[in-house]
Amino acid sequence: MGVSSLDVGPIWLTLQLAGITVMILLTLGTPIAWWLAHTNSKMRVGIEAVVALPLVLPPTVLGFYLLILLGPNGWVGGPIQAIIGSPLSFTFSGLLFASTLYSLPFVVQPLQSNFESIGNTPLETAASLGASRWDAFFSVILPLSRRGYLTATVLGFAHTLGEFGVVLMVGGNIPGKTKVISIEIYDRVEVMEYTQAHMLSAGLLLFSFLVLLLVYSINKKLPVHVS
Amino acid sequence: MTELLKAAFKVDYPGFKLDIDLQLPASGITVVFGPSGSGKTTLLRCLAGLEKSGKMELAGQVLQDENISIPVNLRAIGMVFQESRLFPHLKVRENLLYGYKRTPLNSRRLHLEDIGRVLSLEKLQERSIDKLSGGEKQRVALGRALLTSPKLLLMDEPLAALDAQRKTEIIPFIRKVEKELSIPIIYVTHSMSEVLQLVDTMVILKDGKVVKYGPVGKVFSDIQLRESIGDEHSGAVLNTRVLEHDTSYGITRLDFMGQELSVPIQDISPGQVLRVHIHSKDVSLATQPPEGLTSVLNILKTKVKKIGENIGYSVDIELDAGRPLLATITRKSLSNLNLRPGQSVYAYIKAIRMVNEKL
Repeated sequence: MGVSSLDVGPIWLTLQLAGITVMILLTLGTPIAWWLAHTNSKMRVGIEAVVALPLVLPPTVLGFYLLILLGPNGWVGGPIQAIIGSPLSFTFSGLLFASTLYSLPFVVQPLQSNFESIGNTPLETAASLGASRWDAFFSVILPLSRRGYLTATVLGFAHTLGEFGVVLMVGGNIPGKTKVISIEIYDRVEVMEYTQAHMLSAGLLLFSFLVLLLVYSINKKLPVHVS
Repeated sequence: MTELLKAAFKVDYPGFKLDIDLQLPASGITVVFGPSGSGKTTLLRCLAGLEKSGKMELAGQVLQDENISIPVNLRAIGMVFQESRLFPHLKVRENLLYGYKRTPLNSRRLHLEDIGRVLSLEKLQERSIDKLSGGEKQRVALGRALLTSPKLLLMDEPLAALDAQRKTEIIPFIRKVEKELSIPIIYVTHSMSEVLQLVDTMVILKDGKVVKYGPVGKVFSDIQLRESIGDEHSGAVLNTRVLEHDTSYGITRLDFMGQELSVPIQDISPGQVLRVHIHSKDVSLATQPPEGLTSVLNILKTKVKKIGENIGYSVDIELDAGRPLLATITRKSLSNLNLRPGQSVYAYIKAIRMVNEKL
């Protein structure tokens, strides 16, 4: 018992997982959110529903399908195994894949409503001033989207930080590879090591609170842009 | 040879149609006038290339037809909107330079110093957008559009959101832009009083169709357009020339097509053009020349050109005084005077409004 027995491995792994997941999600989520905000396509509602699925599905359901998908005989895991020699299930990459799917709505939805509230006007204005679409996106839309991106980043990060069910199903509980904080806490409670469980839980609680506090205070300072 | 703007657009939205075919001079200020829902903004969006439809040609260059569609950002057409649409994350100076930086070096004819001077923007440059008044915002927006050195400037009710005082602040700048920078302007509005002093060519839109277009003097006093222009403005817009000032009576004498008009003394030197607006309700008619004395100073000899439809108790008469003039009289007077087209009548003008064009 004591601080010395507290393994920092799961903490570091969790931060890595959440950090990389958010980076993937911002890159992937931006075009999806942009498309959803601007399209008139009939596919839109379908895609919106798919993106929102992780919000309503029990994590175990998502985890179960992902396990099959990523496993040696899955559509994704199979070809991957053929290439790199091992499937994605029970690996860090597999966890990343799962987390990305699981946290997708938490990044896409704030970005989408951000793009919707900015609307078409700044784009058209920029175009009338000679800016191409890419140019307008980077010189006008992105700077006007700071709040949206901040919210998306924090929600995506925090949500990945706290996931349990999907991780357990897809990643298992392999120290240094897939054992993240939430699972470590579960383990400690299982073996009645309440002190460690307390430390990790309190740490996660405090960290989450501080991050949210930071976000809300930045959000308050950022100018609201009403076009 | 005057350069032309040729435009033919067909847009069909649920509940709204735009179907126009226009040839306008690519010079001076063209005002597109019409009630809301008449398609003014859609027309402007088509001209800007924001709606892809139909054909458009500007000063010999095809911007859009069946095969060609030059994207908005390469058209060199500037736009100023009702809301300034300035970029809130950029300072005034960065807003002004946004389009300038994206204009090819060899197309840059206007520079920050020139525009800053013409629009009096020098002192605003380091300000952030939310520290500007409504009038300042519109001036910056105008400057930003001009700094792309556009071949055509489109303005969509740029003064609608401003109070009367701010409007009178901006209007001279718009005139100055057209005169000093010789950029043709297409100006969309539903408020006639806003643009009386600006308009050279007028386009009247209704239900997505062009009702009439041409030089303002002709279009404005067309009795058939009475309904479109609106009662409060119906009448004639005339260009007169200042003859001399009579300081003893405090009046300025004007020449109008060889006849004379007197108005309260104006601060304009003789020989200059003064634009006046004569409301149709301020014009009475008489078939006899004035005998003896009358308190009415301004009497023009005219001919009846057209008699409008009888609607209610009054009727509009289009007169020819060298330029069209409009009178509204009662149906009873019409029958008393027994007016017919071609007949000579005397127009008694009770009030003349100055459309101040002085900068």
